[in-house]
Amino acid sequence: MSRRASGSFTRTFLGPGAAAAVGAILIWLLFAGAAGSAFRSMAGTASYLNAAAPLGILAVGVALLMIGGEFDLSVGSIVGVSGMSVMLLTTELGWSVWPAIAGTVVLCLLIGFLNGLTVVRTQLPSFIVTLATLFILRGLTIAAARGFTSRTQLGGLDDISGYEIARAVLGSAPVGGLRISIVWWLGCAALATWVLLRTPWGNWIFAAGGQPEAARNVGVRIGRVKIGLFMTNALCACLVGIIQAVRFSGADALRGQLQEFYAIIAVVIGGTLLTGGYGTIVGAVIGALIFGMVRQGIVMSGIDADWFQVFLGGMLLLAVFVNRTVLVRAQRAS
Amino acid sequence: MDDATLPVEAGAAQPRLEAQDKPHHEDRDVPRLEARDISMRFGKVVALENAHMAAHAGEVTCLLGDNGAGKSTLIKVLAGVHPPTEGACLLDGEAVHFLSPREALNRGIATVYQDLAMVPLMSVWRNFFLGSEPTTGRGPFRRIDVGRCREETHTQLTAMGIELRDPDQPVGSLSGGERQAVAIARALHFGARVLILDEPTAALGLRQSERVLEHVRHAADRGVAVVFVTHTPHHAHPVGDRFVVLRRGRVVANEPREALPVEKLAALMSGE
Ligand SMILES: Nc1ncnc2c1ncn2[C@@H]1O[C@H](COP(=O)(O)OP(=O)(O)OP(=O)(O)O)[C@@H](O)[C@H]1O
Ligand SMILES: [Mg+2]
Repeated sequence: MSRRASGSFTRTFLGPGAAAAVGAILIWLLFAGAAGSAFRSMAGTASYLNAAAPLGILAVGVALLMIGGEFDLSVGSIVGVSGMSVMLLTTELGWSVWPAIAGTVVLCLLIGFLNGLTVVRTQLPSFIVTLATLFILRGLTIAAARGFTSRTQLGGLDDISGYEIARAVLGSAPVGGLRISIVWWLGCAALATWVLLRTPWGNWIFAAGGQPEAARNVGVRIGRVKIGLFMTNALCACLVGIIQAVRFSGADALRGQLQEFYAIIAVVIGGTLLTGGYGTIVGAVIGALIFGMVRQGIVMSGIDADWFQVFLGGMLLLAVFVNRTVLVRAQRAS
Repeated sequence: MDDATLPVEAGAAQPRLEAQDKPHHEDRDVPRLEARDISMRFGKVVALENAHMAAHAGEVTCLLGDNGAGKSTLIKVLAGVHPPTEGACLLDGEAVHFLSPREALNRGIATVYQDLAMVPLMSVWRNFFLGSEPTTGRGPFRRIDVGRCREETHTQLTAMGIELRDPDQPVGSLSGGERQAVAIARALHFGARVLILDEPTAALGLRQSERVLEHVRHAADRGVAVVFVTHTPHHAHPVGDRFVVLRRGRVVANEPREALPVEKLAALMSGE
């Protein structure tokens, strides 16, 4: 009896990730039909992959964190911080591009560290803590931009030394309109998958989200794991901010707004449980891909872009419903 | 339930003799782990008052008591979760002051908590090695030796009489008894010298309880000092070598098995 029960358990368990893959195929077919060759062409493919890449990078960090049982609503604001930091360090403080990027990475890691430390120390829900940092960081970004330049949109990164290489590495579109950010996206996803499935850290991340007390009882330092996850997540957001600053040769203090929600949606569509302890990076990649296809597909089909949000919300509800079914099964089994 | 129905009973006498023959002669009288005059207060709540107990190598020491008697509190003191308000713990006769469960674990004191032993959504092998993952490779390529984990998990569980279909199946798909067995197997595999089990049979049916009791006995027969917490005298009696009964934070009995028939044990727990 237990043998059969566990068999169906495993099968349902593979469900959500697989469901997202099936969903991605259906959505591709839908827009391949509705938008015709514009969507199926190389240019169309590049357009939705390019749209998916930045969100996909965020989704990798958010997925790791969500599997570890926490949220970070400040990722969108960190994107804003990161782009603005690169611009201010270069155009206002006279640094060249690479030192500015290095400084920005350190700044974002510090932000992630503080987010994590606050959550771990206060034991407050990360939802609330990072909702606070969402506003604090956004406000600081705008204030810093205004304070230095009296503007909130800065340009001119292309005049700074080191820009050419940075552009090649972070902001170029080397083949067929495909942006190099897609490489970063898939690279981050591959690395995260390896860490999650093949290193002790991955084991601790699953445990941190699944049953932190049990993990503590066998000596896992959950606090460190969580702080590490917040820092990783901030690093992903930082990368997105830097890529966009390089690509547009400038930054906007408002960049990244709403991205925290889009990233969470992509991760949830990809089958990661909101309550933590279960999920895949591949699922998050597919979630971001779906996001990109819907966003570009709607435009290419000539549908009013307002419908994008309706579509996105609908898919989120559907995904949460599927996930909950999984959770109920899992709990019944235990 | 008659204690003769428990299969543990029949074979128990033999291995117990073996355990006594192990080379601990000079230490025979020094308990592996001892709680001496432990008092524990949470604000105004007195959870333990001068509690004393000792766990010897190769023996099952049962800790009994009604709900709220202080059983969990006492083992948490032993396991390094709470530093006691008063009193001390002695490991091999030497005073120890654990500041965290990790420290106790490093000294060979493993604790299996009833609900908090496993991560249900994780696979059996991931649970088995959680916190002590064997790795291969160097530097940034250091990774879990997954093949070895799977194999080892399979071997260890087979040795406990559990046939796993697949070490990749989630622990949540195992029965409660199987989960306790995995936790016990894990503790033994990582060289526990003291094994503390908090109500491992509480949520289990008759058949599964029997299996878990066999594992408890088996652990003691391997020379481990086992502390078995329960509030079911019928579970404690067939496997226990010594019984410590707590009532409202005080030890009201501390007797070897010979001195306490099961009826008397039950009466002691409920307060005569
Ligand atoms: N962290 C705590 N803070 C305050 N009081 C506590 C704490 N832990 C335990 N207590 C109190 O100490 C007393 C003993 O509790 P304990 O959990 O040790 O009992 P128990 O014998 O394990 O009971 P049960 O059979 O229900 O598990 C209870 O009155 C409980 O409310
Ligand atoms: Mg208890």
